[in-house]
Amino acid sequence: MRSFARSFLAALATRGLQAVIVAVIVGVVSFAMMQALPGDAAYRIAAGRYGYDMMDAAAAEAVRVELGLDRPALVQLWSWLTTLAQFDLGISAVYGTPVADEIATQLGYTMLLAAGAVVTSLLIALPLGIASGLNPGGALDRATLGVSIFLRAIPAFALGVVLVLVFAVQLKLFPVAGFKSFANLVLPSLTLGLGLASVSNRVVRDAVADAMNADWRLFARTKGLSARMTLWRHVLRNAALPVVTYVGVQLAYLIEGVVIVETVFAWPGIGHALVHAIFGRDIAMVQGTALVLGLTYVALNLIVDLACRGIDPRERSA
Amino acid sequence: MMKPLGMAIGLAIALSTAPVVAAPKTDVTIASPWEVASFDPAVAGFAIQKLQIMENLVDADASGVLRPGLATDWSASEDGLTWAFTLREGVTFHDGSPFDVDAAVSALTRAWGQPGVLKKAPITGISDMDGKVVFTLETPFTALPAFLAHASTIIPAPTAFDAEGKPVALIRTGPFKVTEFVPPQSISMARNDGYWGALPKIETASYLAAGRAETRALLAESGDADIVFTLDPSGYSHLQHVDAIETKAVPIPRVVALKVNAGHAFFNDARARQALSLSIPRDGIAKAITRFPEAAADQLFPPALGGWHSKDLAPLETDLAKAAALLAELGWTKGDDGILTRDGDRFSILLRTFPDRPELPLIATALQDTWRELGIELEVSVASYSEIPAGHQDGSLHVALYARNYGLTPDPVGSVMQDFGTGGGDWGAMGWDNAAVAKAIDVIASTADQSIRGENIAKVASILHRELPVIPVVWYQHTVSIDKKLGGVVIDPLQRSYGLSEMYWTE
Repeated sequence: MRSFARSFLAALATRGLQAVIVAVIVGVVSFAMMQALPGDAAYRIAAGRYGYDMMDAAAAEAVRVELGLDRPALVQLWSWLTTLAQFDLGISAVYGTPVADEIATQLGYTMLLAAGAVVTSLLIALPLGIASGLNPGGALDRATLGVSIFLRAIPAFALGVVLVLVFAVQLKLFPVAGFKSFANLVLPSLTLGLGLASVSNRVVRDAVADAMNADWRLFARTKGLSARMTLWRHVLRNAALPVVTYVGVQLAYLIEGVVIVETVFAWPGIGHALVHAIFGRDIAMVQGTALVLGLTYVALNLIVDLACRGIDPRERSA
Repeated sequence: MMKPLGMAIGLAIALSTAPVVAAPKTDVTIASPWEVASFDPAVAGFAIQKLQIMENLVDADASGVLRPGLATDWSASEDGLTWAFTLREGVTFHDGSPFDVDAAVSALTRAWGQPGVLKKAPITGISDMDGKVVFTLETPFTALPAFLAHASTIIPAPTAFDAEGKPVALIRTGPFKVTEFVPPQSISMARNDGYWGALPKIETASYLAAGRAETRALLAESGDADIVFTLDPSGYSHLQHVDAIETKAVPIPRVVALKVNAGHAFFNDARARQALSLSIPRDGIAKAITRFPEAAADQLFPPALGGWHSKDLAPLETDLAKAAALLAELGWTKGDDGILTRDGDRFSILLRTFPDRPELPLIATALQDTWRELGIELEVSVASYSEIPAGHQDGSLHVALYARNYGLTPDPVGSVMQDFGTGGGDWGAMGWDNAAVAKAIDVIASTADQSIRGENIAKVASILHRELPVIPVVWYQHTVSIDKKLGGVVIDPLQRSYGLSEMYWTE
């Protein structure tokens, strides 16, 4: 157990250092990208604030003065970095509210949606993937391959609308959009979860199929373990490694997916907020959101690392 | 609305309890595209005014006639340079603090300093005089009361601001108060039982901002939202066949217009602008894109703008042959590639528009196609709408397609002055100055005599119709779907209110 604790601390230290590097890089890069976008930021921010009925050149000039957008870019970046060093994400240029407050609400909703999606995908992918992997080339394997390709090819937006039409409008089982109750979580989670499961069930299938063909499995059977015991003790444990690693990789798909799914389902999440912030040239909000997403990514990678170390004893002494 | 943790708990409750007897419905859910993410009246005022959370000194009915709001009456001094508003007594804010002249003066002074309508009025001071709110003006301005009905001039409670004067809460005087606010997506409200006027019939209401038109149509069809605003053409025609809901299209004073840089060498002759107008397929656009054939804009001011729309103006028509003849008159001849040229210049121009109103890029491509026939090469740029005022300011704009709301205040003179007064405006004339129009607008803004106003309005409308500094394309319809069991629904063409306080359930 001591070796596990030591490797746990080592992983923690590495990821902690990574987090700091990620924070600085994400902040600087998102700032530079916002600066590189064409168009005048003061005009874009004024547009985001006042809407096209009230926005005009005078409003844009007022915004420029209020936010100090006429200062040199490096001065603006330095002022963001110094406030960040005091754990302050600044004030949203468009809404005038603290960025940390906005992100706190929205990140919670996004995490809930992401967790719902991952759980849904595992509920679908694990049984189907294991069953297909135990009988590669069988009817179930071929059927799941076909459906997987189909689901992965459909954009999340279209899949979401189809699910709403079937389950909300026709069958009236779940609400269309919003976030009033748990039932609101089902359809967006299913939309994202199906997309995730369409790939992860194949990863599970391959991992299980490989493990079933491994020499050590034959050895386990020869030493007298039942087929069932071999599956539980050896095959699934070995197959779990690539699957857990892959779930970590899928988080990237998830972040891309929430942007669209949140908009379709009127879900107040961080992906939706990030897109709006980019359009509105809300620099503090973009930096804050990108920072939080970057750090979340580091944290989730840490969890995946630790899970792998828990599953595979060989990793611990390494 | 629940917090994420609450949702998980909510699951357990939802699974363990089920409603036994259905109580009569006292709640209304509204869905519309507009997100609300700020406490600032200048930013979010337009959205929370519609929800009747907040009020102005002056109110307006659905036909734009002014009526008392938080002010019971108002009058101007003889020279028209001082306006006094008497405040309603016994009004309290949602948190119980009293509404008084200090609250009104500080809110209006703040609004005056922010982008918004008050900045466009010739105001020199706002003060408290014997308990009345007094405005002093540089020049007489009869539209002031109408400006005080605009969303940016609502009166928040002094307690809605923090020590630095930043707005941090939605505390107002309206018939509904906020119970939960999850920016940018939703607001939950409850009836304000301490309201000074008639109490709303429904007890609670919630507002959901759904940015996608598909989502809104599905919310309407499933019954998840009782009343849904702003539907896209396909959603609207689909919902007309759904039994449980009624669809309505109300003409509003918003017009899709084409702004032309009249300072540009191609457009400085009115005949060139007339040629552009003659080559806009208005009927086709109204029929196929916005799908309200009667809304082809044959003059700038829509019928919803009672005093400004005129039956005497000859309707703008579509006639490509006439347009080609006008351009030939101006010296343009077709080159080998079918594009017009004059003195070595190709008739190649850039149109700026934006996607926030989904029909705009479609209309732009329709223009691109029709103008190509005429020999005009049109490049379409779909970007942020801020590119239009930016292009106006730096002079780089050729033509721009956008939607302009002339009903922003119940009296449109403010918008007209901004758009067509001396120097033109970001959302109006560019490189076009007309002394007669500017003078007539000044008269309209400063006189209370209705017949003088009428004469000058007709003059402005007819010069704009002839000179076309801004070319109208189609007028807007406000599309709504309403649950058939919901009674008392009044759709406000000025879009100042969703009319929640008048709604009730019929069964």
